[in-house]
Amino acid sequence: MDMNEIKEIFFQECEEQLAELESGLLKLNDGDRDPETVNAVFRAVHSIKGGAGAFGLDDLVSFAHVFETTLDCVRSNKLEPTQDVLKVMLKSADVLADLTNAARDGGSVDEARSRTLIRELEALANGETPAATEAPAPKPAAAAPKAAAPAPVVEKPAVNDEGFQPIPFSFGDFDEEPAAHYVPTCQILFKPKKDLYAKGNEAVLLLRDLSRLGEMSVYCDMDALPTLDKMNPEEAYFSWKISVTTDKGEDGVRSVFEFAEWDCDLDIHTIEEDVVSEATDDEELPMQPVPFDLSILDDGGSVAAEDEPAVIESDAAAAVAAAETASKVAQVASRAADNAKAAAAASAASAAQANQAAAAGQTIRVDLDRVDRLINLVGELVINQAMLSQSVVENDSNGTSSINMGLEELQQLTREIQDSVMAIRAQPVKPVFQRMARTVREIADITGKSVRLITEGENTEVDKTVIDKLAEPLTHMIRNAVDHGLEMPEKREALGKNPEGTVRLTAKHRSGRIVIELADDGAGINREKVRQKAIDNDLIAADANLSDEEIDNLIFHAGFSTADKVSDLSGRGVGMDVVKRSIQALGGRISISSKPGQGSVFTMSLPLTLAVLDGMVVTVAGQTLVVPLTAIVETLQPEASAIHSFGASQRLISIRNSFCPLVDVGRILNFRNIQANPMDGVALLVESEGGGQRALMVDAIQGQRQVVIKSLEANYTHVPGIAAATILGDGRVALILDVDAVVAASRGHSLRQDISLAATG
Amino acid sequence: MKKKVLTVDDSRTIRNMLLVTLNNAGFETIQAEDGIEGLEVLENANPDVIVTDINMPRLDGFGFIEGVRRNEKYRAIPILVLTTESDAEKKNRARQAGATGWIVKPFDPTKLIDAIERVTA
Repeated sequence: MDMNEIKEIFFQECEEQLAELESGLLKLNDGDRDPETVNAVFRAVHSIKGGAGAFGLDDLVSFAHVFETTLDCVRSNKLEPTQDVLKVMLKSADVLADLTNAARDGGSVDEARSRTLIRELEALANGETPAATEAPAPKPAAAAPKAAAPAPVVEKPAVNDEGFQPIPFSFGDFDEEPAAHYVPTCQILFKPKKDLYAKGNEAVLLLRDLSRLGEMSVYCDMDALPTLDKMNPEEAYFSWKISVTTDKGEDGVRSVFEFAEWDCDLDIHTIEEDVVSEATDDEELPMQPVPFDLSILDDGGSVAAEDEPAVIESDAAAAVAAAETASKVAQVASRAADNAKAAAAASAASAAQANQAAAAGQTIRVDLDRVDRLINLVGELVINQAMLSQSVVENDSNGTSSINMGLEELQQLTREIQDSVMAIRAQPVKPVFQRMARTVREIADITGKSVRLITEGENTEVDKTVIDKLAEPLTHMIRNAVDHGLEMPEKREALGKNPEGTVRLTAKHRSGRIVIELADDGAGINREKVRQKAIDNDLIAADANLSDEEIDNLIFHAGFSTADKVSDLSGRGVGMDVVKRSIQALGGRISISSKPGQGSVFTMSLPLTLAVLDGMVVTVAGQTLVVPLTAIVETLQPEASAIHSFGASQRLISIRNSFCPLVDVGRILNFRNIQANPMDGVALLVESEGGGQRALMVDAIQGQRQVVIKSLEANYTHVPGIAAATILGDGRVALILDVDAVVAASRGHSLRQDISLAATG
Repeated sequence: MKKKVLTVDDSRTIRNMLLVTLNNAGFETIQAEDGIEGLEVLENANPDVIVTDINMPRLDGFGFIEGVRRNEKYRAIPILVLTTESDAEKKNRARQAGATGWIVKPFDPTKLIDAIERVTA
């Protein structure tokens, strides 16, 4: 794995964190005050900041930092997450998402917007709480315990109380003369406390690091070491006097003790090289500099051999051994006790690692390509299995043979494999729904309306390709709902409604399809206006008698817009007709129901997958066709008395006292030139565009089965009236009927002109 | 023998960066996603050093460190804390919980390896 791959992971993670952030903020907005929600929100931003820092994405880091600081105020209850505060935060989440996208894909962000938000966030962080308690505060606070610690932090010149002679020297000389004439020597008095060992630091490692700075001599003071019977193995008894000749200076020395200085008495001061000996001579203790031999450190086993504290010789081994003893003493007890356990555990290490892997791997990430390949293969398998079944049936009249039994099992397994593979591609609609929250916010801002988006069933799963293609129509519908559906707050108030409008987005599974509902509590469809508009646009005759439902569905006609003037939003030139087409392209249906003054509900019903389809296999003029089951309302055998002629060539069928146009599929598709006799075939009652019904005439029904969709466009070319193709069990190709295109053609549109309508995934 | 490092971090990005950096530097690396998992993994892992994040779900870094220090077997193991900037307050809390040292994020490979070398023999 290289950095680019990690970066890819980072951006994936960002997306998850952004989703987490948004849903957390929305929960807070709904009054959730669970500290874990606030924590999760904070962590999301924190995590993005951390990763962005690693990749040097400075814009992202600096924005995330400000955001994080403000969130920290919420976390520590310094800032109440009111609606106003959350409004800023939700906008900040949007900007953070923009910045993330910009960092990934290049491109720019609205800098003015992010600057404004940074100011707002900072104002929130500072505004409601005194500035003094904010971010800068911890620094002085942290310095305090350090100063209060017993370790006297001695300034360079103040060396007197340790028994050294005051040495006059010039700061100028000291600072400006590095290794040219002499290398300064640091005198270090280091007395660990027992906490130093308790926190996992080791005196010997510190000495090792010091020795790397330059030439070093060490003296270990063991005076405090009691006799063995009185010794507490956890206590720290030793202290060291060290002198290091280094060009790294006092700071370099101090940095070695970075982790340790809290838990030890540490005194460091620098002296000129030529006075080192004088200084040591003046020491009360006869300090004998010893060279520090690092190699001994690596040979860690010989502590026991040096177990004679009485004989302390001033040689390297003793110094190091002492250091080692001191640190080991503190730890040996606990470690030794655990040695047995540790050994046992070590032997089980590999097993443990396997467990670990199992525990960690709840999910895996797989390239979509691989899944698609698998799905294709399973599709082939389904077809192959059907072919096999068929040929076995044809060749073996004895239906009880073991081959047949095996085939049945194979069939079941194939079906299960297919379902499981489809489940891999299934994803919750949550990400799309979350994007809608942003859309709502933005449009609410532009229109000056106050809107609340409620989402339900976000975890409803549907094929990824469906999800990907859902965002655009949904965005447009949401935009419409807020822009055209909801009234202005003042008007709502005047009507006795909550000034804040509600848009409800729901997803649920219903009989093998996913149903997405978008409901608003706005004004509803203004039928008079729609009707007038339709008449003006020549969509309907001035005296046409339309039901409410039919009027409502007029908004799905191309180029239809009821807004009196083209607003900033609808200026994008996308009408509801485009929404309808994209839904249909997904094999879905859309309908509207509206109550004046109470709002409108758009209902979309979509297939769960675009890879397979439940179809009715029919025969038309000797050809085998598949009609998507979802389009079929019912099937019936026409009776002579129910057929009525209408106009030159039209025929109607009466079903339960209403008339429905009869469409001869064979004629429409040019399979034959003369109309078939309705009495010889079967009528499939289908729901078509605009909610009206049509009866499709086919010659016979062969059966109902699940078919694997094969794109005709990808393998051949687009055929008007045909949505796709499939391969049947007998190996023959069957065409899947594009019901809406056929119905449209029956209205007098030629199929050629409706090519775009027939596009199917 | 290779030194073994246990890293505890909830961010997949950081986990991967740690993994790559540590593996490149010749360490054996085991990873956990939060404090709870860290304590579970630790039980049989026998690492030489632990590197942990502070902000994590379920059990944060402070709680994790305290948990490690309460464990007889690991109470003296070096623990390095990943902190952003030099947040003195967090450093302090981590120390009180029993951290050995810290690494300031964003870390570069040298900083990380240096800190680990510093606390391990």
